[in-house]
Amino acid sequence: MSVPSGVPAATTATATPAPPPASVSQLSRQRVRAAWLFLLPTLVVLGMVAGWPLLRTFWFAFTNANLSNPEPPQFVGLENFATVWDDPDWWQSVRNTFFFTGISVTLETVLGMMIALTLNTRFRGRGVLRAAVLVPWAIPTVVSARMWGWMFHDVYGVINAMFLHLGFIDAPIAWTADPRLSMAAVIAVDVWKTTPFMTLLLLAALQMLPDELYEAAKLDGAGPIRVFFKVTLPLIRGPMLVAIIFRVLDAMRVFDLFYVLTTNSSESMSMAVYARQQMFEFQELGLGAAAASMLFAVIAMFTAVYLVLGRSAVEEAA
Amino acid sequence: MRNVLKRLAAATIVAVPTFATAETVAISCGTVGQEFEQCKLGAEAWAKKSGHQVKLVSGPTDASEQLTMFQQQLSAGASDIDVYRVDVVWPGLLGAHFIDLKPYVSKDVLEQHFPAIVENNTVGGKLVAMPWFTDAGLLYYRKDLLEKHGQKPPTTWQELATVAKTVQDAERKAGNDKMQGFVFQAKAAETLTCNALEWIDSFRGGTIIGEDGKVTINNPKAVEALKTAASWIGTISPQGVLNYEEEGARGVFQSGNAVFMRNWPYAWALANAPDSPVKGKVAVIALPKGGAEGKSTGTLGGWQLAVSKYSKHPEIAADLVKYLTSPEEQKRRAIVASFNPTIASLYKDAEVLKVNPFYTSLLETFTNAVARPSKVTGAKYSRVSAEFRNAVHAVLSKTAKPEDKLKDLQKKLENLGRGGKW
Repeated sequence: MSVPSGVPAATTATATPAPPPASVSQLSRQRVRAAWLFLLPTLVVLGMVAGWPLLRTFWFAFTNANLSNPEPPQFVGLENFATVWDDPDWWQSVRNTFFFTGISVTLETVLGMMIALTLNTRFRGRGVLRAAVLVPWAIPTVVSARMWGWMFHDVYGVINAMFLHLGFIDAPIAWTADPRLSMAAVIAVDVWKTTPFMTLLLLAALQMLPDELYEAAKLDGAGPIRVFFKVTLPLIRGPMLVAIIFRVLDAMRVFDLFYVLTTNSSESMSMAVYARQQMFEFQELGLGAAAASMLFAVIAMFTAVYLVLGRSAVEEAA
Repeated sequence: MRNVLKRLAAATIVAVPTFATAETVAISCGTVGQEFEQCKLGAEAWAKKSGHQVKLVSGPTDASEQLTMFQQQLSAGASDIDVYRVDVVWPGLLGAHFIDLKPYVSKDVLEQHFPAIVENNTVGGKLVAMPWFTDAGLLYYRKDLLEKHGQKPPTTWQELATVAKTVQDAERKAGNDKMQGFVFQAKAAETLTCNALEWIDSFRGGTIIGEDGKVTINNPKAVEALKTAASWIGTISPQGVLNYEEEGARGVFQSGNAVFMRNWPYAWALANAPDSPVKGKVAVIALPKGGAEGKSTGTLGGWQLAVSKYSKHPEIAADLVKYLTSPEEQKRRAIVASFNPTIASLYKDAEVLKVNPFYTSLLETFTNAVARPSKVTGAKYSRVSAEFRNAVHAVLSKTAKPEDKLKDLQKKLENLGRGGKW
């Protein structure tokens, strides 16, 4: 949720003009007023659907709110944060989430780049192929997770049948049962699902590059690998960073893949699954809100790093 | 024409009052096995009799997920569901949101039900739920395969492991390479709490938390029980049991790919259904003992029906509950789908026994089933259950030693229970 709310906030912040000096004409003051007037409905809606729930969650994080207790919650200070901080299961979920994010985003970037480069060349049926690669991305996550869950089944799953047939394994493997294997399974499904998103963003960036650059590189006698690292990559660095940060933010708050595919034991939880368990399974609304706020803080941190990096990139270009 | 109009007018006058009183009652039905279908049949029969309408709400199969959904509904005071299907461990947790059913159920009807369940469903003097069907873990086995390989049904877990291994290996050698020795439920969900409690109780290792509130889980018998269970994984049980729930295990057993299965009574009717590949080849006995000094046990399960306090027409909803938990309906459900009645006299009913011959021999298991420590831990039960099953799951997937895990668990639960006061 922080992605849509964080990004426009940044743009509006830079777009807001400094307080107009006295010499500014009547007209431009009127324009500023009109701009705010037009923005108002959007701001109100954003405040209601994003701001209010977020503030409420922050408030609950400092109380002993409990679902099975009908009395109004009381303020308990930082107690919930301390409890979550001391919980080894929380740190296990943090490790799981970071590991998942690191590996899956890396694989998605590399694969996405390879596919984008392929789709960027001219060949027959390119349009159809471009549409086709988007299919996994269009399937709702929970549906694809369930589908892969069946394919990963140890006794009748198609993946084991295939691997057995090809001779990669001697005995069927229970992909989703063991916490170590289920992490691999979750990453595989995520890579399958979101590589198209990466491909799409990278392809859009690649199409912006002028042909003359490549002709010049060719004249200079540069090979394709050299061209990629010396010409293509530096030129699409900005859009690639945007794509990566979007994926990182999205991967940090992963919930459905873990929830559907793994056994949900404390060893195979993501941070969002942990927060849900505290809130609804254990009725500890306050504790769950604290965990959710900490997840929010991690995501906000990544967003801040991105904003700083993005600004320096702009300055570099200027 | 005038005649027609007159008739129409008369029809409207007659019809209006019935329309005004015909209400729609929403009931949440379970979805394990044929539960949904039977719930629907029962509810529709009531609708026909009472002139009201029923709306069926289906939920997730996993009990803890369903609890999550119900809690959100109830804490928001939503009137969308009138009748809730409540697990035996929930009355303490959700009781505040349900009406007292005592005024709707006569005393002698209530006395026909197992007293232990009625007591379980009574919270603060209020009868918050009516017993609907009861459950205990049972051992299913393929009698044809045991006979074929000259094996006897096991009485201890150790024997079960030997028999399962012998039959599994012989069958695999004969070309049936998907054959598994023993399937059970070990997904880190409420169902693993039930399975693991059975192992520990069968070794006489207690019930996690005693009735006095003291945590008892860290004891040598419990360690032995978990060690035994962990030794099955990868030898007689597929690694996949670590992600099986009831239906996952039944899928493997009923397709003919397992020698033994631990499951609830509902699986009996399905295993013997006309389209079942193992029809007529299955037998049911009590779960094995933990060694010669152990005991036969099963975890007490079962479901109740409760009426939401936020229902717009609680009297009508209570009438539906009364109908569904009546002896006639419980008998019907026992005959067509093997749902264990909560009414003792039905265990002597000839028609019920004809379809479920295992009821007589297992009556002792049903009445001596081990209860999960939900009453003593109250609102903290789901947390206790989660800590327990997570520890067991780690032992089963061999990422931790039972000795260390149970020691940690003891400490965690003692912190949670504030020295037994809960």
